[in-house]
Amino acid sequence: MTNIALDLVGQSRNYYQLAAEIKGEGATEDDFAYLRDVYAFKNVLLTEQPNGHFGETMTRQFFFDVFNFYFTSELTKSSNEQLAAIASKSLKEITYHLKFSSEWMIRLGDGTEESHAKMQQAVDDLWMYTGELFLADELDREMAENGVGVKLEKIKPYFDKKVAEILTQATLTIPETGWMQKGGKTGQHSEHLGFILAELQFLQRAYPGAKW
Amino acid sequence: MVQTGENTDVWKLLEQVADPEVPVLTILDLGVVRAVAVDGKHVEVTITPTYSGCPAMNVIEIDIKAILQENGYESTVKTVLSPAWTTDWLSEDGKRKLKEYGIAPPVESTSDKGALFSEEREVPCPQCDSLDTVQVSQFGSTACKSLYKCNTCLEPFDYFKCH
Repeated sequence: MTNIALDLVGQSRNYYQLAAEIKGEGATEDDFAYLRDVYAFKNVLLTEQPNGHFGETMTRQFFFDVFNFYFTSELTKSSNEQLAAIASKSLKEITYHLKFSSEWMIRLGDGTEESHAKMQQAVDDLWMYTGELFLADELDREMAENGVGVKLEKIKPYFDKKVAEILTQATLTIPETGWMQKGGKTGQHSEHLGFILAELQFLQRAYPGAKW
Repeated sequence: MVQTGENTDVWKLLEQVADPEVPVLTILDLGVVRAVAVDGKHVEVTITPTYSGCPAMNVIEIDIKAILQENGYESTVKTVLSPAWTTDWLSEDGKRKLKEYGIAPPVESTSDKGALFSEEREVPCPQCDSLDTVQVSQFGSTACKSLYKCNTCLEPFDYFKCH
């Protein structure tokens, strides 16, 4: 899991570096990672859900990996060359992440009675965070229109199909209620992000402006 | 990667920069150096990272600047992401050195990552060449390697993954 996390950190750095370049004014990747507070982050709520037992962590990863795979695949066609390059680079790694989490969903879901029960609970708990993945806001729509971003409604059917395929093999079911949680994309986060940032940003907060 | 008259010296210097993790490989063996542009005493080296999160790239950048500075050059190191690095760019010499070092080199071209559930590949043991080997873990000592075990000589070994 730490290797997968390392891949994701590397990918994030690439995106943040691009953002810094676009922002200009001497901005660096560190400004985005370390100098913003909770409300400024626009990540989806799914990504800030904490690690639970291994099955819960894998379930969270699985839902994210399926989305990330199709999203990043589309992003490789971005009209912005740098975004497309980052996406192409990232896709190789994301392909593996999806394989990894899918295999665990199947192994644990179609496992023992105990593992199956735990996995079903995890799916029931985390499913409500998947809706937000496809909630396009104005910026998403504008970027998709300009060929820079991704049309979220385009990848949703692929997401649904892949999730159904793997969960079926895993003998797991999707909860019936269609209600979906949201807020991350508008900066309204769960308390979990606060703890994550406290750990991530501790050094900068304790010693503002610190450098290696 | 054109080596013209004036920058051949620089390429020769870059050959002295080793991969921090696998020191038998030079950065040229790895294929991470994409271009060298020389303007008098100023050099611009363009590199591309192997894995997105590879921590060795920072060290490689510092080492490049150091060796160039030691030899009277001022340098900037530029990183490009496209075209994406692939193990297809490892030199034949590099693959041979990997095996001698005890790391199994990538066995096929990067097409093996295409399928979601890819088939098992046959990785020969770098110690005894047996094909009766099995993957123990997708990630080995680093993110770019997997951990394998040889059923014939019973030695574990790292496999440099196709990427």
